[in-house]
Amino acid sequence: MKKVIYAAAILLFGIFALGGCGKEEPKEYLTVFNYGEYMDPDVIDQFTEETGIGIKYEEALTPEELYAKYSSGAISYDLVCSSDYMIQRLIQEGEAQKVDFSSMEYADNIGDRFWEFSRAFDPNNEYALPYFYGTIGILYDTTKVNGPIDSWGVLFDGSYKNDIIMQNSQRDTFMITLKYLGYSLNTSDEGELREAQELLIKQKPDVQAYLVDEARDEVVAGNAAMAVVYSGEAYLGHEYNENLAYVVPKEGSNVWIDSWIVTKNCKNIEAAQKFLDFLCREDIATKNFEYIYYSTPNEAVVANMDEELKNDPAITPTEEDMRNCEVCTQIDEDVVTLYNELWKELKADGGE
Amino acid sequence: MVRLKNVFMKCYLALILLFLYAPIFVLIVLSFNDSRSRVTWGGFTLRWYSALFSNRQILEALRTTLFLGLGSAAIATVIGTLGAVGIQAMRRRGYQIAMSVTNIPILNADIVTGIAMMLWFVRFIPLGFGSVLIAHITFNIPYVILSVMPKLKSLNLSIYEAARDLGAGGVYAFFHIVLPQIGSGILAGFFMALTMSLDDFVITYFTKGAGVNTLSTMIYGEIRKGIKPEMYALSTLLFAVIFVILLLFNLLSGKGKNTEDIIERSR
Repeated sequence: MKKVIYAAAILLFGIFALGGCGKEEPKEYLTVFNYGEYMDPDVIDQFTEETGIGIKYEEALTPEELYAKYSSGAISYDLVCSSDYMIQRLIQEGEAQKVDFSSMEYADNIGDRFWEFSRAFDPNNEYALPYFYGTIGILYDTTKVNGPIDSWGVLFDGSYKNDIIMQNSQRDTFMITLKYLGYSLNTSDEGELREAQELLIKQKPDVQAYLVDEARDEVVAGNAAMAVVYSGEAYLGHEYNENLAYVVPKEGSNVWIDSWIVTKNCKNIEAAQKFLDFLCREDIATKNFEYIYYSTPNEAVVANMDEELKNDPAITPTEEDMRNCEVCTQIDEDVVTLYNELWKELKADGGE
Repeated sequence: MVRLKNVFMKCYLALILLFLYAPIFVLIVLSFNDSRSRVTWGGFTLRWYSALFSNRQILEALRTTLFLGLGSAAIATVIGTLGAVGIQAMRRRGYQIAMSVTNIPILNADIVTGIAMMLWFVRFIPLGFGSVLIAHITFNIPYVILSVMPKLKSLNLSIYEAARDLGAGGVYAFFHIVLPQIGSGILAGFFMALTMSLDDFVITYFTKGAGVNTLSTMIYGEIRKGIKPEMYALSTLLFAVIFVILLLFNLLSGKGKNTEDIIERSR
């Protein structure tokens, strides 16, 4: 008995001692809130090394979870990275602080078109700094399709029966249908939404399944000819199966942008700006890009990319691809209700 | 008839093993799979394990987890043992009230405990490692009490009284007579608390501060872009550790010291 207690005491002491040894503690800290797997851990270390500012890093899975944790107020965050519509919500609720991007050394690395896209949720480009972006498109198996794929039409013209995977997400699925019909994906017009629903009901017999994360895997495994996926997923799919290709259809699509904001609770604005500037620096942005492989708005990074990545529409969509793309913004409560209703009807419909 | 019963028993056991352990078995196999895909086998590899141990984030989380588990289990064991001794000495009514109060945290949903603690902590102390440690100690104490209690019940009080009669002080008698008799219960309680602490996600998630991650909260943050094979390796190791702890736990709670031994030893 005594021996066990001694052993336990030594073990405990050992672990405590292990905890004690480390580098000297930074004097100031920034609390950073980001999505999981969304920054190279080395970048955080390097920032602390270069500036002496420590980072307390928190992660969330979804925009909704991030918002819930943020607004519970349990932890006071200085910097938050989230998706376009969630950033819009935070700005509207007065949670963001204006940032002087012109005083930052490397903010110019972010391409002009991304600042323009940002205006959808940050009209004067005062709050949000673009971090990564992407599109929604079609991931397809080149050995299973006839002819080039360049339009959402292939999903709806009935030529790939039971070979299509759609997103099991109301907004995403309606978005692409609205784009195909030539409407805005942020429409709140009931007639346009009903027209989209009608088309989706008609398409239902051709749809193999409505999936989320598994959509990519099904095409990789050769179980389906095509799937509607996010560009980041498409890039990974291509890694597993080289017969896969990705396209942003010519009718346009959704472009999503994840951005950083400085919260109103942030006391150390100088440090926060330093961190944002650091993220825009070419070497750091490259590191993050190589860790995440989503599309980067940092043009200095794009300029030095391998040709293969530069020509991959999943990583670097061209101006042409992006021309008809729109950022998705928050929709009103009653439109959300309409969406829910239409979606339920669609899923309940037996097809035929 | 007996034969039929045996067949049923075996089937039942086989089904339990299948449903409980088949998924874990798949996980273990995947942790040695040389392909990132979940559907194809790319040959045997240990590279996910080596990747795991060169990942600083994971090691940091592992350290926090062990630190938290051992620390909270040790403190909870001390408090819980003292509590159990005290409760045992209570009168019937007090005993019943104390035991019900002990049981509530076990029966209560983790999420309720987690959110309640978070609200409480936010008011008084900054969330950080300390808040998680307090939370873990809190939910660990009942497990210690529950595993020490039966040992106290079967305790032979006459030996303790005899020791006191022969001039032993209260503290001396406690350490030399009572403690050896309930020792296995205390150890079992410690391991139980350790397992519970390693296992917990919900309460940790709500009470942790920024930058503090245990393995479970870290894995949760990582699954956004699909689960990395390193996570299979990590989960396999976690399973192995818990399995070993449980084996130890069963071994220890199996062999209780009997009265003769104690009398023999205290001569």
